[in-house]
Amino acid sequence: MRSAIVHWAVLPVSLALVLTSCARGTGGAAGPTPSAGQFNPGATYGGAITVMGFGGEDEIGSTRLDLARKSLGGAQVNVVKGDLDLQQFLSSVAAGDPPDLIYANRDQIGTFASRGAIIPLTACVKGERIDTSMYDKNALAQVTFGDEIWAIPEFNQVQITMANADLLKAAGLTIDDVNGSDWGRITAAAKALHKAPGGKLQVIGFDSKLPEFLPLWAKANGADLLSADGRTAQLNSPKVVQALEFAVGVYTAQGGFAKVKALRDAADFFGKGNQFARNDLGAMPMEQWYVNVLNDVSPEAPLAFDTFRTPQGQPLAYASGSSWAIPRGAANPGAACRFAKTMTLVESWTAAARARLDKRQAEGKPFTGVLTGNVKADAEIERLLTSGGEPWDAGVKAFYEANRHTFSLPANPADAEFETAWQDAVNRVLNGQEEPKAALDRAQRDAQAALDKAWAGWTRRTN
Amino acid sequence: MPASSARAPRRRSLRWIETRAALLFISPWIVGFVIFTAWPVINSAYLSLTDYDVINDPSFVGLDNYVALFEDPKVGLALRNTFVYTVMSVPTQLVVSLALALLLNSATRATGFFRTAFFLPKMTPPVAIGMLLLMLFNGQSGLVNGFLGIFGIDGPAWTTDPAWVKPGLVLMSLWTVGASVVIILAALRGVPQELYDAALVDGAGWWRRTLRITVPMISPTLFFLFIVDSINALQSFTEAYTAFFGAGNTTYSNDAALFYVIYLFRQAFEFLHMGYASALAWVLFLVIMAVTAVQILVTRRFVHYEGRNS
Repeated sequence: MRSAIVHWAVLPVSLALVLTSCARGTGGAAGPTPSAGQFNPGATYGGAITVMGFGGEDEIGSTRLDLARKSLGGAQVNVVKGDLDLQQFLSSVAAGDPPDLIYANRDQIGTFASRGAIIPLTACVKGERIDTSMYDKNALAQVTFGDEIWAIPEFNQVQITMANADLLKAAGLTIDDVNGSDWGRITAAAKALHKAPGGKLQVIGFDSKLPEFLPLWAKANGADLLSADGRTAQLNSPKVVQALEFAVGVYTAQGGFAKVKALRDAADFFGKGNQFARNDLGAMPMEQWYVNVLNDVSPEAPLAFDTFRTPQGQPLAYASGSSWAIPRGAANPGAACRFAKTMTLVESWTAAARARLDKRQAEGKPFTGVLTGNVKADAEIERLLTSGGEPWDAGVKAFYEANRHTFSLPANPADAEFETAWQDAVNRVLNGQEEPKAALDRAQRDAQAALDKAWAGWTRRTN
Repeated sequence: MPASSARAPRRRSLRWIETRAALLFISPWIVGFVIFTAWPVINSAYLSLTDYDVINDPSFVGLDNYVALFEDPKVGLALRNTFVYTVMSVPTQLVVSLALALLLNSATRATGFFRTAFFLPKMTPPVAIGMLLLMLFNGQSGLVNGFLGIFGIDGPAWTTDPAWVKPGLVLMSLWTVGASVVIILAALRGVPQELYDAALVDGAGWWRRTLRITVPMISPTLFFLFIVDSINALQSFTEAYTAFFGAGNTTYSNDAALFYVIYLFRQAFEFLHMGYASALAWVLFLVIMAVTAVQILVTRRFVHYEGRNS
């Protein structure tokens, strides 16, 4: 009896094992890299292309999407909506059935390129005659790896200084006290603006926005977290340590990070009860899109804006954004290249901006612009701006100014580990577990080990 | 031919038909088990001996991943965090579940309603529980510190102070004790009333009856929950990940909440070190096996199985 069960159980088990053993992906079997001849500005495309990771439901996305669809000359575009799912994407590449195009954060491109998950776009750029000079140079640097362009950049996120004008005035301060141009004045302003009766923090004086803005504070202090070639971590350089000590010290001056974070977490960040509207926050550096959020939900909030500035008084912003990349093994790279090109053309951005302008005018609201990652499109769109009165015009002016003074971290093959290393270090300091120097020393070791291993992998694969 | 010897092959043939039918009925499960459980487990054992990044072919590295694992300070930290959390959460969950079940068992009216009410929080998605933790345990405006404030207690910074992160997670884990409560309640209903009647005649009070009759009689159930809760605690992930490492938390994280499975997940799906993550998974499997074996050996003498003892 038992032997019969075993005997018959062998059939489905064997079948399943055979099926699953076939499920192993294509592994490292790299498909041929397309040549420039495959990309032709005059070609039309049939069939269908699949785009993964793009939402694009607002007028900026949908207008460009329509234009990109038309540019293919008949091919159907299937958009898998939502943020790029890393597991889904990588599994599809490994299985030899990737989408034709992905929409990814620019800081992911180095990792994808180094592992062979995407193809270089040199042939695409040449064949489709894409003018790369129109792209923001920092945005382009983020997607350039091993001297080749691996993705087409779009959008730019930059930081500016946002403050509560009423709180500043009541404390006898101005936006210049909190815009970064004098770190001593920031600490003094944080002390003056914060309110903590009975030890319970009620108003945050100044939020230095750690951990995420360490690269900004470090750069303002003259330090880069990563060398220009993306190979050497510089996390424990004295200037980075000094920047971290200062930014953490701002929290200490207000009773500690725990209290600031608790009050920050309790706020209705995207709603009418935001920190500025409720007079819960004096000032902070923040990304430009928040100006639009504040303008929408609390147009009467007492705000003041300026660029974020270095101690020398120069505007400075840490740029990040999105990009289009073609996966290895994509069935229709020609159509994918055309699609990415059209999405980022000056005329596409301008059409999208006009669509937003019309919508805002219909709502009786100002058009506050959009940072595209395309310098020529930015210049065109800046001309379309409409006034929303003060302080909003100052906010828009500040983020366009910031957009002209950006820096970015170079592409590298271990972006997630590098980022985790420095963010963990900052968090250990914020949680009171380590001093800045010790935390950054450890981060330096972890980050460098990850970079060395990843670059070695890249060298192995390309030699 | 004697009748008995003619019947034997017929019986064998009937058995054979039944076996075939049984195998046919369970074959979808067997195929599913092999494809979705057995094969991934076997494959992960192989991958743990390789350097694998999902996209490129795995390259065999022998025991390198296991050597690296023992030299990785974060593995030690994650294991420590996980053990401390398990030691804190499992007894707390058992005691609270037992107390609630005893309370429910003594209720005479609307027991169905209370059973449902206790079980309902179990239906909350773990991600929501993680977010709920950040709100309830907010050091400034959370309900927990608000409640403590009524008694003049200045509550801690549950979500940022490394000393209070795990206690916060343990308290939050009580949100889902409903399933254990229902299981214990079922066991309580099975305790023979005669035992209580006899104890009452002997003058035993509530506490003595609970300690001497109830707990021994439901000890197999408590033992089962002890083992299952321990395994669950050693595999804790979603709530802590959502609250301290997930997207909703932007870039803030807290080492005190770095549980072993969180570290494993990050290695696999954020850093694409699938080989290393597979080695981590196998070490966790062995740890759980060892812990469970020790638990069974140590607690066996405290478990009362009616049939066996009689």
